[in-house]
Parts: sequence; structure tokens; C-alpha cells
Amino acid sequence: MSNETLVMHNGAAALKPGYADHAADALRGLRQSGDAVDFQVEHHHDVASTIQLGFWIYLMSDCLLFSGLFATYAVLHGHTAGGPSGAQLFDLPSVLTETMFLLFSSFTCGLATLAMNANNRNATVGWLGVTFLLGAGFVTMEVREFAHMVAIGAGPSHSAFLSSFFTLVATHGLHVTCGLIFMVVMMVAVMRKGLTETNRARLNCLSLFWHFLDIIWVGVFSLVYLFGVAH
Amino acid sequence: MFGKLTLSAIPFNVPIVMGAVALMVLSVVAVLALVTYLGKWKYLWTEWLTSVDHKKIGIMYMILAFVMLLRGFADALMMRAQQALSYGSNMGYLPPEHFDQVFSAHGTIMIFFMAMPFIIGLMNCILPLQIGARDVAFPLLNNFSFWLTAAGAVLVNVSLAIGNFSRAGWLAYPPLSELHFSPGVGVDYYIWALQVSGIGTTLTGVNFIATILKMRAPGMTMTRMPVFVWASLCASVLIVVAFPILTVTLGLLTMDRYLGMHFFTNSLGGDPMMYINLIWIWGHPEVYILILPLFGVFSEIVPTFSGKPLFGYTSMVYATMAIAVLSMLVWLHHFFTMGAGPAVNAFYGITTMIIAVPTGVKIFNWIFTMYRGRVRFDTPMLWTLGFLITFTIGGMSGVLLAEPPADFVLHNSLFLIAHFHNVIIGGVVFGVFAGVSYWFPKITGYRLHEGLGKAAFWFWFVGFYVAFMPLYALGLMGATRRMDHYNVAAWHPLFIIAAVGAGIIALGIATQVLQLVVTFIQREKLRDTTGDPWNGRTLEWSLPSPAPAYNFARIPIVRERDAYWDMKKRGVDLKGATFVPIHMPRNKATGFIMAGCMFVTGFALVWQIWWLVIAGFAATVATLIRHAFDDDRDYHIGADEVRKSEALYGRVKAGSV
Repeated sequence: MSNETLVMHNGAAALKPGYADHAADALRGLRQSGDAVDFQVEHHHDVASTIQLGFWIYLMSDCLLFSGLFATYAVLHGHTAGGPSGAQLFDLPSVLTETMFLLFSSFTCGLATLAMNANNRNATVGWLGVTFLLGAGFVTMEVREFAHMVAIGAGPSHSAFLSSFFTLVATHGLHVTCGLIFMVVMMVAVMRKGLTETNRARLNCLSLFWHFLDIIWVGVFSLVYLFGVAH
Repeated sequence: MFGKLTLSAIPFNVPIVMGAVALMVLSVVAVLALVTYLGKWKYLWTEWLTSVDHKKIGIMYMILAFVMLLRGFADALMMRAQQALSYGSNMGYLPPEHFDQVFSAHGTIMIFFMAMPFIIGLMNCILPLQIGARDVAFPLLNNFSFWLTAAGAVLVNVSLAIGNFSRAGWLAYPPLSELHFSPGVGVDYYIWALQVSGIGTTLTGVNFIATILKMRAPGMTMTRMPVFVWASLCASVLIVVAFPILTVTLGLLTMDRYLGMHFFTNSLGGDPMMYINLIWIWGHPEVYILILPLFGVFSEIVPTFSGKPLFGYTSMVYATMAIAVLSMLVWLHHFFTMGAGPAVNAFYGITTMIIAVPTGVKIFNWIFTMYRGRVRFDTPMLWTLGFLITFTIGGMSGVLLAEPPADFVLHNSLFLIAHFHNVIIGGVVFGVFAGVSYWFPKITGYRLHEGLGKAAFWFWFVGFYVAFMPLYALGLMGATRRMDHYNVAAWHPLFIIAAVGAGIIALGIATQVLQLVVTFIQREKLRDTTGDPWNGRTLEWSLPSPAPAYNFARIPIVRERDAYWDMKKRGVDLKGATFVPIHMPRNKATGFIMAGCMFVTGFALVWQIWWLVIAGFAATVATLIRHAFDDDRDYHIGADEVRKSEALYGRVKAGSV
């Protein structure tokens, strides 16, 4: 509650770290009318931190969405129905390159946040641009991988294993694509309006989202690709 | 051009359906005509449809819920009538494919579009007032959530007129719900209605967690929160945890149906039982999402009408959280017959029985609160007592079903139907009515007509027992659920009694409609001028009824549990002297437009009108992006205006400037 302020009812602001020590206030307040003891006349709440918390909770719900897909994949990954298995399909060096794109994009996204904290608008947009390119590279590689698999007859309708593989990986890819759109919107917003309080709150959400997708990808890379090849 | 949609999708040749459609269209036209006649379109649009005020959004949720209650109950009456008639040579009046749609629609509507909106509506109307907040954490998101729920409800009802609804039950088990066995659009309507409204529910969960954690008045620590707030917090956490799993499950079924994948098919490695597992990993927490907030409602009503603080506040909070955690560990009891083996079944049987312990703690807490209290038997308290008795019986039949050996006999029998209606009607529905009659003065400014409220309670209470006790017996006699016809002579009288019970409940609903009408007519007599008609204990009663747009002109500083009771004890003056401008969110059409676009997208997906899918989706994203660049989001209510508004309620100190 450190963001609360207590204001005497005559308007003389008495900034307090919290209501905890309102005993001192109470004395002064009582002398006046008692209002400030039982009521807070002026009330602020920290919008940015509420947005941040809300976004964290949303991310947790998204995390559970992925947990459902991971669990499904775990159940079905052996159900190849006579079709190809992961070991036969996955091209590990290519996936590693893809992974590096995403991991580095998380790094540059962090640099964008640092630039934002240093109040450097151009550097913020610049690093977001680099992040965008790396993210777009990741999506492009993923689409090519999918296209290749479909072309050699290993499309998602071929077996339960392939259904769960495509759905899990594509859901992540779709999230990354949403993140890219979010990023473009934020670059335009920062260019047009600068590093306003709203834009800062949203940039923080964007970077949370981006790092979150990175963590999900680490799960995909290890559980799907590495285990898939090991099997 | 129109995908699978042709004129033949409208069932002109089925008189029952066309009758219902005509009634539905006429009601909609009548409402639209009335609004036009009264010249209220602008008012409706600016003050309600685009409102970000949690109190108005709550009312809209509850109107939606009540209308859907009528629709879902009409389905129930049709089923009861069919089963009362359809014995031996009589085949009843509903053909099987229609009967199957009726029971699927009944379950879907009652859970997703009746119970959930009622609960979220109550949370919206009351929760911010109880924690001393001026709104929820994300007001516009709240409006968007409502419209997503409404869009889902409209999709379900559109299926009546255009195409058909799912015949696969309220949870659409595969392989029946797969394209091979359900080639029509019914299951698709089910999927998209639930996906659209499910996103809304998830966002509501996020919103309420943030609200409770961030928006409480100074001094309202977690352990000073009213139990309704605690219960809503636990339910919101369960929403955020469980609803993504529903989204995934329905998404995978969609992949099977639309892209020929093999998650739940019988071929190429698909596994239908995985769907049953996944849907109940959402589904069992869902029943606690339904009941926990109402446990909270009862925890508010019992102390108020007993004139005592709640017995065992701490144990109540722990019990609520224990139930929330345990609810994630019992899903398999819905299908012991899967054959997972004695060890697995025993585990889930035991966790299920353990839930009875915290629930029992709650029941005893309510009883001990009443003990030696000065209990007033107003309508909210009648519903509460009806709940205590009915829910306990339903809970015990649940513990019986938690025994795997017993469940093997009773699985999918009418005994199960009797059990869950016993807890859902006895718990959720009675709880909603208790909450609505308790908070109606706070929400609207008028008390509900007391005599008719009591009459409605007795119709519902008696009707429930007459309608559902025979189903326990029928279940034990071997009658299974979802039968459109049977040949066992011994069952027939019991089905007739159950139909009579449904008729008695119908009288209860009619009485409630009458109660609303009479309340409206006698509104001046029933007006609540005090803001505290029941001698309440929590902060919402410290406000005038109905609460002004900004709720609290001055935020109360909380010192105790039952904050308003404490204020009354200390003689705190509710009249203010100094007022400052209040920061408010501005009403926006964004939520309505985005949900509208998503409705169009959903409809287009059902009929596979791909260009419209793309257009609808693009419009949704475009609206969101346009909104991101809209900076005109808030305004201040001036200090003078606040003073004037407070003066109307007599809440300004004499002589103050």
C-alpha cells in the first residue's frame, strides 16, 4: 500500500508511506473533523503495477494452455500409427538455429527494456526492430519446417503423434506471431508518442510476453525435439 | 460464398422448433420495438451497452442469466414431458434427434449461460463495493468479457433457428462428437459458443484476481476481507487455472473436425479417453467455480440475518482454499468406468471423499453462526436454509458416488442426474436466488416483494424434491440418463411424478417473474432509502442504494472484519465535508465491437464461410489496435458534482462548503 497517500480534509497534503502509521495522522485528523481517520479523501492507485500483475496472471493462464498441449503431446507422441516418428523427421541443426534466433531475440528484447529505462526512445525502437527481425526469422524457419513435413507426407492428419506435434509447435508459433504484431504496434506507438507511462507499461508487458514464449520454446525444444531424436 | 449455409438450414418443416424460433424472434422484436418506442436507443448505448461500470455490467450479466434460465428451463420441461409420455407404445412427441439436441442445449445453457453469468454478475455488482473499490482493475476488459459471454449465448440460440445444435451431450464426448459421427454443424456451434464465452470467462478471472489483490481499501488486509471476496478469489484462481484447459480441449476437437487431425478419433492413434480426461480436468474445477462464490454468498447472509459475526472465519477461508486445491485432484471420478484400475480409482475416490470434510466444516460454521443468534427469516435466509438441507443431501449422494464399486453400478444412471441437480439446484441456483434477493436493494435501490419471494422459494423447494427424488429411485432401478423412450412399467409413475415436480418449479419461476413485475409497480413503497435495509455488516451497506457511479466518494479506512459493522459500532459519521474530484474510466464501444466481430467470426467458422472468418478476425484485431492508440480513456467527476450527488443521499455535513 506504499502508493497510497493520505490527504487531510482541509487539503493540506500529508504524504505517508501507508496507512500503517495513521495514528499520528489520526491525532491531527481528529482535531479537524475525524474524516481522515475513517476515510481517505483522496485515493490513488498505481495503474502500471496493476496492469503488470494482470498481465502476469494472464501469462499463467497461457502457461496452463501450453501445459495442456504438452500433456497431450506426452500422451500421443508414440502414437505414430505406422507413420514416421520424431527421430525420422526432426532436423536438429535446423531447429537449433531456429532456437538461437529466439534466444537472441529475447536478449535484444532485454536490451530494448534497458534502453527504455534509460529513456532512449530511438534505441528502444531500434532494439525492438532487431527483436522483430529475429522473431520473424524464427517464424519463417518454423513455417518452412512445417511445409517440408507436409510435402514429404508427414502432415498433421497423418497420425495422432503428428497432430499433437503440429498443434503444440504451431500454437507457440502463433503466439510468436501475435508477439510480432504487438511489437510493430509498440514501435509505432513509441515513435508517435514517445516513452509515455502507458507505453512503458505496455512495453513491460510485451517483454514479459516475449520472454515467456522463450521459456515455452525451451520446453518445446527439449521435450519435443531433443527427446524426439533420442527416442 | 456462404460456405455450408443454405436456406435449407432453417428447419421450416419442424413445427416445435419453428414455434420456439417464432417466440424467440417475436420477443427480440418486441424488446427492440419497445426501446424504439421509448426513444431509449442512445441511452441504452451510452449508459449500458458500452458501460464500463461494474454495477451495470453485473446487471447485464444477470439479465442474460435470467433469460437463459428461461430458455434452459423450457428445455427441461420438454425433457420431463417427453419422458413422462414416452413409455411403451407411446413414443412421446420428440423424435430422438430432437430430444438429443434438447438435453445437450439444456446442460450447455444452464452451466455456461445461466449459472456462470449469474455468479459473475453477482461478483461484479458486489465485490468492488465490499472491498471499498471504485471499480474493478480493468473496467473495459470487464465490458469485453460480458459481451463475449453474450456472444456465446447468442450463438447457442441462433443454432435453434439456423442449422441445429449438438446432439452429443453438454460435454460433447468423442468419438460421438467427431466429424464421422456428428457431421452437421451442431457440435461446431457448441465449440465456438464455448470458445468465445470461455475467453470472456478467463479474462474475468484475471480481472477479479487483480481487483482483489490490488484494489482493496486501506486497512482491508486479506484476513479482513468478507468471505464472499475470499470465495470469489478462489473461484477466480480456479477460472484462470481451469479454463485454459477447456480452450485446449475444444481446440483439439476443432483440429480433428476441421483439419482432419487425430487427437480423439478411433483411428490413426487417436485417443477418445484423453478428451474425457482433459474435459474433466476443466470440468471438475468448474463445478467448484460455480459453488464457491455462493458459499461466499451464504457466508454473508447467515451472519447478517443472525445478527452475529460469522462463526469460524479462519476455518471458512481455509476450507474454501482447501476445496479449491482438492477440486483439481478429483476429475477421474467422473469416469471410474474407464478402467484405470483399482489403485487409480481408489486415489480419486479418496480425494473426492476428502472434499466432504472442508465442505462439512462450512456447513457447521453456518449452523454455529445461527446458533443462539436472533435469526430473521427473510427471503434470503429461506433460500439459505433450503440450501443447507438440500445441499447436504446432495453432498451425501455424491460421497456415495465417490465409491468406485457403487459408481460402477450407478454410472450415467438417473441417480447421477439426481445427485448433481441436487447440488447444483440446491447449491448454485438457491445460492444465486439468495444472493439476488439479499443484494437486490443494493443493486437497484428497491427491495424485492417479500411475500412473492417467499412463495417462489416454497415452489422451488417443494418442486425440486418432487422433481428429483424420483430420479434417485429411478437410477437405483436401472434407468439411464438421456433416454427418449423406455419400456419398463415400474418407471412410468416415477417419471410422471418428476414431471409434476418440474411443473411446480415452473410455478416458482412464474412467481419470480411476477415478483419482478410487482416490485416494479410498487417500487416507491419498496424503495430502500437507508442503504442498509438488512442491518448489514460489510462495506457495500455503508453506501446509498443504488451506489453512485463512483461508489465511494471517500474511501473508508478499514479497521476490522465486518468493516461496516465496526463503523456503526464506533458511530462513524457517513456524512462527508470535503470532496475531491474522482478519476473515472470512460465508457467505450471497443468491447462491444470486438465481441460482435468475434460473434461473426464464430458464426462464419460454424458454417465455414472462410472469407467472413478472415474479415471478422481482421476486424477484431483492427479494433484492438485502434483502441491501443486511443488516449481518451478517462475523466474526472468534479468535486462539486460529487458533493451534489452525495447531498442527494443526505451524505454531506451541514454547513460544510
